[in-house]
Amino acid sequence: MFRQASRLLSRSVSAASSKSATTRAFSTEVPSTIDSTFVESWKKVAPNMDPPQTPSAYMKPRPSTASSIPTKLTVNFVLPYASELSGKEVDMVIIPATTGQMGVLPGHVPTIAELKPGIMSVHEGTDIKKYFVSSGFAFLHANSVADIIAVEAVPLENLDASQVQKGLAEFTQKLASATTDLEKAEAQIGVEVHSAMNAALSG
Amino acid sequence: MASSAAVPFWRAAGMTYITYSNICANLVRKCLKEPFKAESINREKVHFSLSKWADGKPQKPVLRSDAPEV
Repeated sequence: MFRQASRLLSRSVSAASSKSATTRAFSTEVPSTIDSTFVESWKKVAPNMDPPQTPSAYMKPRPSTASSIPTKLTVNFVLPYASELSGKEVDMVIIPATTGQMGVLPGHVPTIAELKPGIMSVHEGTDIKKYFVSSGFAFLHANSVADIIAVEAVPLENLDASQVQKGLAEFTQKLASATTDLEKAEAQIGVEVHSAMNAALSG
Repeated sequence: MASSAAVPFWRAAGMTYITYSNICANLVRKCLKEPFKAESINREKVHFSLSKWADGKPQKPVLRSDAPEV
């Protein structure tokens, strides 16, 4: 995912003025950005109205990182139509990142991970809850909060094995007979998703 | 700077991430057991009308509806 970053950053630097090349500070480090000259000239023109707020006045500061690593990971697992887990304290989650299964413990280095179709498991004591995630992103923050967003996530019990097998066979056949790039891509996606579901059900 | 970063196969084929993600989600939904499958298909139904504007007038609207004809 970050392979694009260097190309995009350099593209914006070369195209824009030097102002955009300066690194932007994080929200906790930027001091209160109230422009006093603007406020004074505002008061001269409209003394009875409060000067307008800027977006940074409404932003909450970034939550501070605890000095010692917390014992539990706080997970927020959301889907477009439901909040599956909200602020749940767990021991570990294993997420299906594009770079492979990633185990997330409290105190994990801040990461943004793109998810591929696969199993996400939430470990709390001896309980393990598994979901099949279709795709999405995982944001791991410095304060041991994990925000996982998926478009579709189902418990493994809800998947129908025979339909998965049928779909896999259908898309493997489509991949062999595909002509245009787009058809090939769609068939490839079908094969990947169905093989992931197959592996999830049998593994 | 040359764009030598390896792109995913779907982007190389001209597809955006949203399209890819929606295709994946639809495939997963199709492989659900009943009644979950019916629930998810019902949930994802859309109904909208889109019209482009030209010269201050709306052109012919495009209607996309999964609602049953009443």
